[in-house]
This record gives sequence, C-alpha cells and structure tokens, in this order.
Amino acid sequence: MSTSIDVEQVEKPSGLLRTALRLKRTQIGLGVLIVMIGLTIVGPFIAPHSQTEFIDMPNSLNIPGALFGTDYLGQDVWSRFLIGGRSILLLSMSATLLGTTVGTFLGLLAAITKNKTDEFIMRIFDVILSFPQILLALLLVSMFDASPILTILAVALSTTPRVGRIIRGAALSVVERDFVQAATALGETRIRILFSEVLPNVTGPLLVEVSLRFTYSIATIASLAFLGFAPDPTAANWGTMIQENSAVIVIQPWGAVLPVIAIAVLTIGTGLCSDGLSRVLAGLDRGGKGE
Amino acid sequence: MSDGLRIVDLRLDVEATGNDIVDQVTISIAKGKVLALVGESGSGKTTVGLAILGHTRRGVSLNCGQVFCGDTEILGLDESAKRKARGHLVSYVPQDPSSSLNPALRIGLQLREILEAHNFGNSSEARNSRIREMMEEVLLPTDDDFLRRYPHQLSGGQQQRVGLAMAFACRPSVIVLDEPTTGLDVSTQAHVLATIRQMTSKHGVAALYITHDLAVVADIADEVAVLYAGRVVEQGLVKDIFTRPAHPYTRHLVAAAPDIATKKEVVGLSGRAPSPGKRPKGCAFALRCALATDECRNSFPEEVNVGVSHSARCIKVGQVEHERIAPKVTAVTHSQGSPILELREVSAGYSSIMVVHDVSLTIRKGECLALVGESGSGKTTVSRAIGGLHREWTGSMFFNGTELAKSARQRSTETRLAIQYIFQNPYGSLNPRRTIRDSIVRPLVIGGMSKADAGKSVLTVLDQVNLPAIYATKYPDQLSGGERQRVAIARALMSNPEVLVCDEVTSALDVLVQAAIVDLLGSLRKNLGLAILFVTHNLPLVRSIADEVAVMSEGRIVEFGPAESVIGNPQQSYTKSLITATPSIARSLR
Repeated sequence: MSTSIDVEQVEKPSGLLRTALRLKRTQIGLGVLIVMIGLTIVGPFIAPHSQTEFIDMPNSLNIPGALFGTDYLGQDVWSRFLIGGRSILLLSMSATLLGTTVGTFLGLLAAITKNKTDEFIMRIFDVILSFPQILLALLLVSMFDASPILTILAVALSTTPRVGRIIRGAALSVVERDFVQAATALGETRIRILFSEVLPNVTGPLLVEVSLRFTYSIATIASLAFLGFAPDPTAANWGTMIQENSAVIVIQPWGAVLPVIAIAVLTIGTGLCSDGLSRVLAGLDRGGKGE
Repeated sequence: MSDGLRIVDLRLDVEATGNDIVDQVTISIAKGKVLALVGESGSGKTTVGLAILGHTRRGVSLNCGQVFCGDTEILGLDESAKRKARGHLVSYVPQDPSSSLNPALRIGLQLREILEAHNFGNSSEARNSRIREMMEEVLLPTDDDFLRRYPHQLSGGQQQRVGLAMAFACRPSVIVLDEPTTGLDVSTQAHVLATIRQMTSKHGVAALYITHDLAVVADIADEVAVLYAGRVVEQGLVKDIFTRPAHPYTRHLVAAAPDIATKKEVVGLSGRAPSPGKRPKGCAFALRCALATDECRNSFPEEVNVGVSHSARCIKVGQVEHERIAPKVTAVTHSQGSPILELREVSAGYSSIMVVHDVSLTIRKGECLALVGESGSGKTTVSRAIGGLHREWTGSMFFNGTELAKSARQRSTETRLAIQYIFQNPYGSLNPRRTIRDSIVRPLVIGGMSKADAGKSVLTVLDQVNLPAIYATKYPDQLSGGERQRVAIARALMSNPEVLVCDEVTSALDVLVQAAIVDLLGSLRKNLGLAILFVTHNLPLVRSIADEVAVMSEGRIVEFGPAESVIGNPQQSYTKSLITATPSIARSLR
C-alpha cells in the first residue's frame, strides 16, 4: 500500500475579504469609511458649540469662532455638522444589520425548504419589493412617527427581501452540493445544516450585499430626514440640515453643502468597498485570483 | 509517408509568472495516423492541443516553438490567417458535444456555417451535397428532417458525431480530438471511436487524440506520447508503450490501468505531479520515482532512444532493469459472510416516472458487490435509496435483519452511521469552509460523543486512509482530488460502519489515483470486514475490485453473479454487448 507524500504544498487561498483588501478601490473605500466613522464618533466631543446654541445672526459668514458661519436659525454650522452624522450612521448601521440578518435567515430557509415555505417567503418578498424603498419607509414613518426604532424597522423591512433573494439564490446552489447531502445522510438537523454547512458558503455574496445595503440605508435615512422625518427635528442631522439650509444656499452655502459632501463621501466609501468585494467575488467565481 | 503534423520544441508559459506549462514538446504525426497524447489532469494536454490551432487560453502565452500542419507553420501566422487555417487546415473536436454545439441553431445550419466560413463549394447545391456526404461519413441520417433538428433532439453520441462531421467538413489535414468520448457510454464510445479511426485513415488526416484513458489509447492510436508535468516523457508505438514501457511513470500508468480482458490488480502511486512554477530543475517525476538518484534531481534528462521510434526521457533507461511493479495487496478472496444488507423488490422513481424496477440484492459481510450500468440505468438511484438520500421508493430493505426506513431522517442514528455513503465528486462532498478534522468528526459527534473525544479518533482514521496527521488541520482546497476522496472515506470510517456505499468514487480521479483508492478500499475491506457496494460504469475496474457483480439496464438487474464469471463469461446479450464495446488494452494488442 502506498503512503501519501505531498509532492506539492498548496497554500490556502486567501478569503474574499483579504483578497478584496489588496484592491486599490477597497483600500480607498475603507479608508474613507474609517475617516467618516471616526468623524461621527469624535465629532460631538470636539464641536465648539452645542447643536442648538444660537451664536450669532442667522445665515452669516465670517463669524469669529464659527468656521463655516451660522445656519438659518443662527446655530453654528460646523458644530451641527460634526454632531449630525452620528444619528444617520447609527440608524443606517442598525437598519442594515437587522435587515441583512433577517433577510439572510429567510433566504437560507427558503433555499433549504424548497416547498410551500419557500413559495410563501418569496411571495411576501415580492410584495415588499413592489414598493420603492423610500416610499415604503415614508409610508411607515408617516403613519406612526419617526422614532429611531420605527425608522430602523422601516428601512430594515425594505432591505430584508433584497438581501433574502440574493442569499436564497446563492444558497440554492450550495444546497445541491454533495457535502450538504452528506450531512443529510449523517442525520444532521436542518437548522445545523442551515447555519453550519450552507451559511459559511454564502458569506461572499452576503458580504457584498451588506456593504451595498449599507450604502442604500445611508441614503434612505438621510432622505427621510431631509423630508422631515428625523427622530428629533431640532437635533442636528445631515439630512435635516440640507433641507433647512437649502433655501439660503446662495447666501450661506455651507449649511447645506457640508452635509451633502459628508453623505456623498460616506456613500462613495461604502460603494467602493462593496464594488471591490463584488469584483473579487466575481473573479473568485470564475476561478481566478480575483483581480 | 510525409508528416501531417509536426510540433517542434513547443513551450507555453503562464503569462503572469513566466513559468512553463509545457516545455520541449516535439511530436510528429504521419498522415492517416492517430497519436494519443496521454497524461493526468493538469499535465498540459489540452494546452498542447489548443496550441496546434494557434490558440492559447487567457493568461497563457507562447514562448517558443513551431507547429507545422503540412507545410504551413501555424504559430507564426497573423490572427486572420490563423482564423482561416482553423477548420480548414486544422480542426478541433472538444470534449463535451452538448456544450460545443449551439443549442439555438439547427444542426444543418451549423454544418453549413462551417462550409460558408471557409468558402467551401461554390454553390448552395454543392454545399448541400457536401453536408449530406459528411453526415453519411459519420453514419448519421442524411434526410432534411434530421438536419432540421436542434442539438438537444440528438443523443450524446449523435451530437459528438455531428461534432466530428463539423471537424472533417473542410477536409482538414490535421485534427485535434480533446477527449471526445469521455462523457459517453461505452457502446456509444465504441461507435464514435470506429468513426474516428475510419475517417482519419480514409482522408489521410493526422489526428492528435488527447485522453487519459489507456484502454481507448490502445484501441484507437498508432503511436503514444506520454505527457508528465508538461514534458513528453516517453514516445513510441502503441505496442511498445504497453508491452515495454521505458519510463517509470509510463510503467506506473500501465500498472494502474484496469483491463476488462484480464483479472488484474491495479497498482496506484501516491503524490501528484508538480504544477507550473513548482517544477524541479531535474526530472519532474523524480519526486515520486523509486529509482530516483541525485543525478535525476539535478539535471533534466535528455531524450534517449530505446527502440525503433521509441524514446524516453529517463537517465535510468538501459542502466537499470526496472523491476515489475507488482501488486502488494493479496488477491480478493471470495467471502461467504452472513447477509448484511438486503434489498427486496425495490422500485424507485421521481414523482411519476419509475427508473428502478424490482431490484433485489444481497450484500454479505466483507463482500464487495459492484453495481454496474450505463448512465440512466438507475444504479445511482438505487445507491441513493440505500443511503437514505432518495425517498421515493417502494419494496423493502433490510439491514442486519431490521427493515430500513425510507429516508435518512427517519432512520435511527445507529443505522445512519452503520451505512455510509461516499460521493462521486470529492470536490463537492467536503465543506470547503471546514478543516478536515471538523469535517470528519461529525459522524461521531452526531453519535453522541463529545468533540474532544471524537478528535482522538481522527488520527487513527487518517492513518487508515494513508494520510499524514498534519492533514487534520488543512482545508479541502489545499488537497488534491485523490486526497480529498481519502478524506471522504476517512469520514465514512469514523463511525465504524458496516456498509460503504461508493457511488462512482473514482470516476473524477486520474488513473493512478483511482488505482490507489481501489487499493485502499480493498485493504479496508480485508482489515475491517466492511461490505462495499461499488457503483460504477467502469467495467474493467469491476474486475479488479468486486466479488459479485449486478449489471443494471433500464432500471432492472439483467445479470447477477460472481465478478469473474459475469465479466469473463457473460450470459445475457446486454452484458455481452457492454463487454465487447469496452475497449481493452490486452485485446487491442493481441
């Protein structure tokens, strides 16, 4: 009988995340994201004024001690900018987390049941998907109130079916593979097969989907605030700031332009990350090194 | 006779790294002759085949070399001249006919396209008559109805014959056949091979036949070139290669190939060929060669003539008389153990279509029962029903006297662990996100053992399948196909099973690895008293491994009996035709 000599040592191929980090666009995207998140964390502590403090005449520039002047009520634009990112980021992160978790679970469940449960989940998804994301969120927050919880629920609800469909698609091909059959033959429980056999094999698409949904959540939550559905209308919030100060953009541009830049940079950062991830995933799917 | 195809010193590199995929390939084929290019997966066979068409795959670049088709050098031509040469001067028959024909076009139209692209024939009538002529040559109907069919309305063998007709359409002088019969059943394969042989000799075409199946080589080829790690290690006439192989690698290949005409113990070889960039500067086979010396490892061996048009790249040729590669496992003994698994009138199907009818089988302790049949015969459905993976069946199954429930979920844990199923494709049967240890402890953990206790058995089991302990911490991606299949077997052995259901476990593996796996199963059976149900379409292999054979056709068992008598002296006409259609090395050389 022969003994096995490994003639060739094969290195373990590095995972999606690590490969993606070698791409320029992911590095830039992640860098931008870290800066923006850092800004929203540190911002409130370094803000020279409180978010509701009246410091001078409204809509004025060139005020000593106020870098970007005052807004339409005479509050410090710079301070409100530094403070106003936190709620958007917190809300969109929570909404993304909730939406993708529920979506992933339902997607996996649909893929593994392949019967009436699958049908039921998918048709519910179709109903939710028939509403544009912002419309569904608006409907909910305008029916009740724009509390943080409800905003998160509303955005998560519109995120769930989008994630669910992707995960179901990815999981369907995994479920057919022999190692899932092998686990079935051994008598593993359904729930274990779901989380231990199938889930680890859909992390690639899941990661891409999380970063993509995060981008959309930021935009949706900022839009809701712009339309007047912020949890606290008097508090600083990038979306609210744009709406409040857009009328006076000609005389005092910073009040609207600063939050616009912030939201744009934030979404570009997450967008670059998700793009890098999906490029690598597509490359890996084709069997390449993911360049 | 003049050369139809001449490849001179061909070298192709991986574009990114500059490492060679194939190097120093020099082959010539006379008109009307077939040369078989033999090698394991990854040896560079297809790369050479495509280079003859002046084509390189993405990421592969030509370093040096020339390819002459007749008097034309292909590699030096510009793109448009290459395009004209393809199909006209040199043509290609790919492996999978179902994906090489355009599913949206009728076959008549596809044949016409070739002729039009190369301005063959000057009128529509001339082309029409050429199409009919081509169809006649490959033994297909020539009527309009048939030509108006779409590829999916043809059988696999018919599709491949359309592929052959397309390749021969413009009367090329060179044809490259890339494993054209790999996906086909033996009887279809026999017809396709006959067609290829007849077409090449009739039209004086030089054919390069790429394959890994030595029995097919013996059947169709005049000459053989053996490719190992991108180098031609031995070249010669078919008879010389099989009866007097000079290179140790060729010897191992011949020793590993099962043969339907003789009862033969197959001998495997462990390890794998080094991939591009990992090749040593000396002989690439030195790492696995029992005769290797420092000289082998340090300098790349030159071609040595060992006979009339027979050469090998081995410095040991002529110096050392190679000992015969002898099987070490003792011959299969016929066991008369007690019945362990019994099937009584099992019928199975998918919703309303029945694919298995009244199958009754008995497997005894320590016995290897081979279930053979062509694709669609229902053999896999039977094995899946035994494994509890297919629920739609009627009849009854008894395991150690107790009746088995339909699906794995309804069976008791002990039963599930006692009957272990091993899958065809080792690339799919292991979870890529788990280490080998985590994969193979599962049967014991399900059996109620703690993970730590179960972990203790891992090393014992890895040792049983001849894998080093270090493999426990690896991931499936780091293993070769043969090693993965060993891991799959190790997982099955964890729970001390009584029956192994092996579903085509060697069909995705190269012949040397196949022999090693067969070897392993044989010794496990002997040492552990396992009963094995070996499901396969590979008849020659059956003769090397099984005690009893059940031949299945269209969902029924048509012949059952001891392996030697069923294959050596078949009674049923179906079995007879199956065996006659199976190519055999011994029979071809006779």
